[in-house]
Parts: sequence; C-alpha cells; structure tokens
Amino acid sequence: MYEFFIAPFLDYIFLKRALLACTALALGCGPVGVLLVLRRMSLMGDALAHAILPGAAIGFLVGGLSLPIMGLGGFLVGFIVALLAGAISRFTILNEDASFAGFYLVSLAIGVLIVSTQGSQVDLMHLLFGTVLAVDNISLIMVSSITTITLVVLTIIYRPLIIECFDQGFLRVIGGRGSLYHFIFLILVALNLVAAFQALGTLMALGMMMLPAVSSRLWAHHVWSLFLFSSFFAVISGYLGLLLSYHLEWPSGPSIILIAGVIYGISLVIAPFGALKQQQGMA
Amino acid sequence: MEHQPNRSWNPFKTNHSAIEQIPGLPIAIDIQNLSVSYPNNRVIEGLTCHFEAPELWAIAGPNGAGKSTLLKALLELQKNNGGKIAFHGFCPCDIAYLAQQNQLDRQFPLTVGDTIAMGLFREVGIFRKYTPEQRDKMQAALEQVGLGSFAKTPLRALSGGQFQRVLFARLILQDAPVIFLDEPFTGVDGRTIDDLMKLLQFWVKEGRLVIAVLHGVDLVQDYFPKTLLIARGFYMAGPTEEVMTKENMKLAVSASRQWESEFIT
Repeated sequence: MYEFFIAPFLDYIFLKRALLACTALALGCGPVGVLLVLRRMSLMGDALAHAILPGAAIGFLVGGLSLPIMGLGGFLVGFIVALLAGAISRFTILNEDASFAGFYLVSLAIGVLIVSTQGSQVDLMHLLFGTVLAVDNISLIMVSSITTITLVVLTIIYRPLIIECFDQGFLRVIGGRGSLYHFIFLILVALNLVAAFQALGTLMALGMMMLPAVSSRLWAHHVWSLFLFSSFFAVISGYLGLLLSYHLEWPSGPSIILIAGVIYGISLVIAPFGALKQQQGMA
Repeated sequence: MEHQPNRSWNPFKTNHSAIEQIPGLPIAIDIQNLSVSYPNNRVIEGLTCHFEAPELWAIAGPNGAGKSTLLKALLELQKNNGGKIAFHGFCPCDIAYLAQQNQLDRQFPLTVGDTIAMGLFREVGIFRKYTPEQRDKMQAALEQVGLGSFAKTPLRALSGGQFQRVLFARLILQDAPVIFLDEPFTGVDGRTIDDLMKLLQFWVKEGRLVIAVLHGVDLVQDYFPKTLLIARGFYMAGPTEEVMTKENMKLAVSASRQWESEFIT
C-alpha cells in the first residue's frame, strides 16, 4: 500500500513538486469552476482556455519555455478575447456562445500555427498537454500565489458575486455594480486557467475547473459546500491522476482529467442528486 | 430624462431607508410624452402619466403592448427615445423591482434565508455580518409571506408559489418606497395570489407606491384601485372602473392589432 500510494511522492522530487502544484491548482480551480457552472459560463471558460494558447505561444517565442512569461502572454490574450467575445455578442445578433466558439477556434489555430512554425513538435505538445512533471520552483510559486489571490478575492467579493450569479437584474437595480464583480471574476478565471495550463496544457486546463465543479453540483446544495466538494474532487483527481501516470507511464495531464471524469461518472450515478437517487425520489 | 442616477450614493456605506429620508415631498413619478423603441419597433409612443404614493396601480394591456418595457424604462434598464421621466422624492436606486419569475434558476444552490438576505444587501454591504435585529427582520419577513419555518429550506425544494413568496419576502426586506412588479402572479396558485395581494395592499397602507404589470383582467378589476391601460399609442389612466370598461379594452385590443398590421405590412 505504502509503496504504491505514498512512496513515489517521497522518492522523486519532481513528483512531489507536481503533487504540490496540482493541489494548489485544485484549491483555486474548485471554487472558480463552481461559479462558472452556476453562472452558466462553461463556454466562456472554454473560449478563455483556448485563447490562452496563442498568448502563451507568443510568450514562448519571446522567453522560451518559461512559465511566467508564457503565463503573462496567455493571461493577456485570453482576457482580451473574453472581452471581445462579450462585446461582439452585445453589438451583433450573434449570441454569446456563437461568438465564443468563433473566437476560440481561431485563437487555437493561431496558437498552433505560431508554435509549430517557430518552435518544434515537442514544444507544441508541451503547450497543448502540459508538463506537470517539469514544474520548477518558480512555477510552483506562481501557481500557489494565484491560488492564494483567488481564494482571498473570492472571500472578499463572495456576497455580491453570489447575488450577481443568482439574479443579475436585482443587483443592477439596487445599484450594486454587478459588472465590476463580473469583471473581477473573469480575471480570476483567466488567472486560474493560466496556472492550470502549465500542469495540464491549454486543451485540458479547463477540465480541472469544470469536471470537479459539475460533479460537486450533484452532491451538495449550498454554494460553500459546492466549493468544498469541488476542491476536494480536484485534489483527489490531481493525486490519483499523478499516481496513475507514474505507475502506468501515462501522460500526466490526461490522467488527471481522466480521474476527474471517473469521479464525475460515479457522481452521476450514486450522488444525492444523481440519477439513482432522483429516480427513487420520483418512484 | 430629468433625474440623474445618484452617482454619489455609495452602495456599501449608506444606511438607506428612503421613506423617511424625504420629509414633506410626496413620492411620485411623472411621465411626460415618453417614447421607447427597440430597433425597428416602437413600443411606447407619447405616454403621459402620473403615479403618486400611496397608490396601488395596475398596468394592463394586450400582449406586446409595452407593459414590461415601461417598467424597464423607468428602471433605466431600457433606453427611452424621447419624453421626460421625473422622480419626486426618491432616487432610482430606491425602487424595488421584481422581474418576471422565469428569469431565475430555481435549482440554484441557495436556501430561502440566503435568498431573502439579498434584500438587505444595501444595508449590510459586502462584509458586515447580519445583526440580530436584521435576523429578526428576516424572520418577520418570512412569517409575513407565510414561510416562517422555511429559512433553511433549499430553493430547489419550493413550489412555484412558495418561490414567489420568497421573492416577496426579499422585497419586504428591501423596504423601498417604490415597488415595481412584473407579472408577479404568473404561474402562481390562487391562495398565494390572495396572500400576496394582501401584502401589496399592506405596502400601500404603509405609504408606498406599488405598480404591477398584470396579464389577467380579473385580477386588475378585483384588487387594483387604479389602472394604466396601455396599447401602442392608446393610453388611459385612472380609477380602474373607469378605465377597464369593455369599450376601452376593445379599443386597446384594436389599437394594438392595427399597430401590428401596420408593422407587418
């Protein structure tokens, strides 16, 4: 047991770092993902996640495989795309999901183009699928700082943000500056995706956010308990995913998301608001 | 528009109880020659009307006549394209507004208590804890809508009528001098309608101005002393028995039909 579950993380410093990074990531992504789901903004997350790629690619051209520079590039471009897509849905007849879909496909294409013409296939794989096993100290500090910032900011704006999620019109009428909180929240999403993309790559960064969040929705009915469940599921996914990838020599990013997917599948069936219990309730 | 949104007002600091804030002034809304249009679609044209507290007003009219649009224009959720709106004795943020129910997610993971607490947001701001008095107020509001024991119940467990009662409890806590309701009784059971109507009448007794957009003619005639009948350029305001006559309602329907045919051709 010990040999299988714990020893790898003690024996190998890179695994230990990876586990730390994943855990920090999970703690931040859990609550942010729940809020994304509650605001029905999953697609916005998708668009942001993909838009990070060209930004990270530009950062890669400038500074090589350095997370802070790629992260900064990814954050800026991702954020600009999110704002643009929001603006376009406001000023044209396209609704939000259509304009987001347009944007993220284009940014994905640009990102892949930049990396594969300027870099190599290996670099492209790094960006798309992440390299959690190559996390260095700087990345670790960056990821945990982002998590800390996320949790602190969420604590501060929790009350109005929840009101804004539930009843946007209400906050607007009472003069509560809803768009300010929306904006802050968008920044948090972009930050967390940037943190996740080092570990999981741009293609799967969103998985760490969405899968635990969707699963938690089936287990709890308070926002705070959703946060706890979601973070817990994300931490477990990170841990088991790394274990899986170590023992079976699978790539780490997909393994982590796969575990998150398994948790989602199990939740769908046995959770209090899952299929089985709801069926019983109806009978 | 004559009134300016109150920019100096700080939503996190002001302790607001607007009814007492304006001694002497009667609370009133003055609308003159108001026009509102969506792209390619004039909804309200040349509406002149005067609402004064304490009164209970119904806004009635055929589908698409611009009833909800009027409320939204007053709330600045919808731009107006001409005319004047003047608020006497209160600022735009003193309006409590209940939007149409179907816009909310009834599966949202909140309890009844969490939801009604939103009504106190302007009082407590983002950080402060709820004081014991505020907790008492919340409990009192729940009892007033007949949900005294529901504070811990999740929203998803409520029926349509109970959910609407929760939103009314939130309105109670907002303690606003002017209250707008957009089709508050759609999809709500008869007993709940009776209870909530009593609450509306109580609010008016307390001196508030209550304006409700309604769909059914019966409700208007049974409960509302004043009515604004609106239909595309046809407007009539006054005591309900004078406004909601058969002839007027026919006129309203034909006005909006005529308008529709003009619009389509």
